[in-house]
Amino acid sequence: MESPVLKIESFSASFGEHNVLKDISLEVTRNKLTAMMGPSGCGKTTLVRCINRMHELVPNASVSGKMLLQNEDLYAMNPILARRKIGMVFQRPNPFPTMNIYDNVIAGYKLNGIKISKGDLDAIVEGSLRKGALWDEVKDVLYRKGTFLSGGQQQRLCIARALAMKPEVLLLDEPTSALDPKATSRIEELMIELKNTVTIILVTHNIAQAARTSDFTAFIYLGELVEFGPTQKLFTVPEDKRTEEYLTGKFG
Amino acid sequence: MVNERIFFRIFKDKLFKLSVIGFCFASILPLLFILFYIFKNGIAVINWQFLTELPKPVGEIGGGISNAIVGTVMLVLISSICSIPLGIGAGIYLSEHKQGKLSYAVRLCVEILQGIPSIVIGIIAYVWIVMPLRTFSAVSGGIALGIMMLPIIVRSTEETLKLIPESLKEASLALGVPYYKTIMKVIVPAGLSGIVTAVIISVARVAGETAPLLFTAFGNPFMNINILKPVNSLPLLVFNYAASPYPEWHALAWGASLVLAVLVLTLNVLARIFTKKWKVQF
Repeated sequence: MESPVLKIESFSASFGEHNVLKDISLEVTRNKLTAMMGPSGCGKTTLVRCINRMHELVPNASVSGKMLLQNEDLYAMNPILARRKIGMVFQRPNPFPTMNIYDNVIAGYKLNGIKISKGDLDAIVEGSLRKGALWDEVKDVLYRKGTFLSGGQQQRLCIARALAMKPEVLLLDEPTSALDPKATSRIEELMIELKNTVTIILVTHNIAQAARTSDFTAFIYLGELVEFGPTQKLFTVPEDKRTEEYLTGKFG
Repeated sequence: MVNERIFFRIFKDKLFKLSVIGFCFASILPLLFILFYIFKNGIAVINWQFLTELPKPVGEIGGGISNAIVGTVMLVLISSICSIPLGIGAGIYLSEHKQGKLSYAVRLCVEILQGIPSIVIGIIAYVWIVMPLRTFSAVSGGIALGIMMLPIIVRSTEETLKLIPESLKEASLALGVPYYKTIMKVIVPAGLSGIVTAVIISVARVAGETAPLLFTAFGNPFMNINILKPVNSLPLLVFNYAASPYPEWHALAWGASLVLAVLVLTLNVLARIFTKKWKVQF
């Protein structure tokens, strides 16, 4: 079996006195979609924000344990490098309002001052927008502001922007929670397509979404990893009673 | 009986609405009167010579205010150079650190600074800059005006940047963009219209200040572009000429007032246009 892309070993996180994640260990397999599922406030968003170290924006955050990205300690790395290797898409679409669609896609290169020839940039923009299933819709309006797009298109633009950096892992933090059902199904299709090229970690409070899209599912409850395994197994024969109760709607 | 009461209520309602509208018009009136009066008295002396020539000695007809216009521009430039980078920088810090001792202290000081009478700022600039240099100068006047601009720029920058959604910062940081580049290339551009507006408004505000210039820029009947020498400015010229006993100078003072008023109005209109045009949609 191939070594996992991301290895989380007895990882805990807390904000001040408040212990948000307790001793979490799991392994994320390459080119698979791993879903983090659980009720609101269970710590699943915190967990993915710890993966690209965005939790460090909160002043009193502290963590313990290990996170290894391809056997490299993420927490020994410069957070800026870690974030370039791990793309992230947020709950609400957040394209840069001052930039047009083209510049939004290559924002990672432009803002970081990475020098690339115009031809290569064009190729990255087209490739990323194609991967984000947005190319056909925006190829004639590349120089319009990204904020003119619909919510679903904006979210796909944000996915394309993350993909443009060629990340090892793509974190999707409830990417469809601000979208209507049609845009949601579009993004779900996209996630399944993207698995071929990138490892995806999806945070969702939507059980059905996890079931539809993921290969592996982690159920997190009150900061603990209750159960982790292949989605099909976890949804049909859950080992833990709490997982079963959550899936049958007894809480959450 | 009931009908009467309802009638009375409706009457009170109408009266209230009318009086509020009346107050609105009343608050427009002072500006209209001022503009009307300045126009009426000032327009007669305004011509090309007035804008391009130097003042003439008492008794001679004609003469202009070119030295005061140049002086005002110099003072505004010096004050902008001093206060804009400082003000925007401090504003960025405040918007990024909503709590904390330093933010608290800065906010408090800036608020107090805004309330300090402009004449006091002029005296401070006199003690700090004019006395050590042993001469009145454009630099000292510009710094005095810069101190007055600072609070406006700091507070407006802070307020503008605070309104920018946190998600934008996260988007940039998540792409591996360093913090300082995130601020300079994502956050500040998104708030640029607000910041530019604040700068223009603050310039408009200090362009008409007289008190801080009395002991600093001092005034100068000749053309001067040396920042270490005294310069004239429009409000100083108005102040000196209006207080003189000569009717020709009074006329020039009216003309200079008109130029100043038009300048300030233009800046304010510009500020409004910038706010509208550069408004960023989130």
